[in-house]
Amino acid sequence: MEYTEKHVLALKELLYKMADDQLILGHRNSEWTGLGPILEEDIAFSSMAQDKIGQAQALYEILHELGEGEPDTVAFMRNAEQFHCCHLVEIPIGEYDFSLLRHFLFDRAEQIRFDMLAQSSFEPLAQVARKFRGEIKYHVMHADVWVKQLGKGGAESHGRMQETLSSCFPMALGIFEPGPYEAELIESGIFPGELALRNKWIEAIRPVIESAGLHLPDQFDDTSAYGGRYGSHTEYLQPLLDEMTEVFRIDPAAEW
Amino acid sequence: MVSTRDTRHLHPEIWDALQEVLDPEIPTLSIVDLGIVTGVSTPAADSVEVKLTPTFSGCPALKIMEQLVEDRLKSAGWKAVKVYTSFDVAWNSNMISEAGLAALLKHGLAPPPRHDGYIELDVLSDVPCPLCGSRNTTMQTPFGPTLCRSMHYCKQCSNAFESFKPVS
Repeated sequence: MEYTEKHVLALKELLYKMADDQLILGHRNSEWTGLGPILEEDIAFSSMAQDKIGQAQALYEILHELGEGEPDTVAFMRNAEQFHCCHLVEIPIGEYDFSLLRHFLFDRAEQIRFDMLAQSSFEPLAQVARKFRGEIKYHVMHADVWVKQLGKGGAESHGRMQETLSSCFPMALGIFEPGPYEAELIESGIFPGELALRNKWIEAIRPVIESAGLHLPDQFDDTSAYGGRYGSHTEYLQPLLDEMTEVFRIDPAAEW
Repeated sequence: MVSTRDTRHLHPEIWDALQEVLDPEIPTLSIVDLGIVTGVSTPAADSVEVKLTPTFSGCPALKIMEQLVEDRLKSAGWKAVKVYTSFDVAWNSNMISEAGLAALLKHGLAPPPRHDGYIELDVLSDVPCPLCGSRNTTMQTPFGPTLCRSMHYCKQCSNAFESFKPVS
């Protein structure tokens, strides 16, 4: 079908929120470099960071082809209120249990998002989604193994996993905050919408959570972590942006 | 631009030159055997266009490979060389040629198993040791020193080794 002006706005909004999520979580994951609880986890989080920043770049590239700014400018020259990321990705890495559960909840959602987008009517997005599917597979595999291992671990391990799951679950629901153009995305065949994604996500994570001996909170309509898709963020985003753009801002025209 | 495999006969001299461009991180492996060259065309008499597809979207070697291709073709006499990246053909590890698998092994990396699209933990764990050939190995972590490698341990010869990951 021919896209209307509103369909293009919807497409850009979708691309921005996906790219911003990947960029911000990529930077958060990279904060584990040198600090992982074991060497393998240090490398895992660093590798996933690299994947996510690569994916963000590919998405900003598509936005650029749609008339938006250069990827570097878009990534590094906006303020927090111009970002469309969800609150979950903004939070500092905290303890390992938080970073692991965030990684599990977010990447499980991304895997399904990429699966859906592999069928998108917007071919450039479908192409990168097919590529990202192969990459996210490894992230999900990694998260599942550790969620099961630690969920079934000793009392302290199990207790911390359950407590953290319960506290970060409402934040994860913020991933699925409906954007301003859900109807346009659905009718144009670009993307089946956040609600459809959320429902599939719950189906996908429930068996893993249960096999880890944990239980899923049952409040799926919590909107306390909404706002990110409309530029309203946690107090943690702007300091992160300041830090990750510090060198770039000193001399934006520098040749690297 | 037409797809790779059926057009080699149209530009054999270009493909021969590309065959000599090696992966900067795996110097035994040609980028042609790696399977990342997905298009070659000659829009004018002295100009050539080469299309590459990334193994991983965050692969930092891709920009270097674009430059290596440009340098190699310019030295072969092409005046205008355009090298660009496209996702229209998504790379997967089955696109590595037989010669490519042998080149990985020569570099000490276990080659990825051929797969049918479903990659699960058991596929990843069943990797013969590139040093002694034993299948009595175990995967330590699916992440390694580069995005395309996982880390393993051979219980037979007690060596740690790396494997080039299968990707669907």
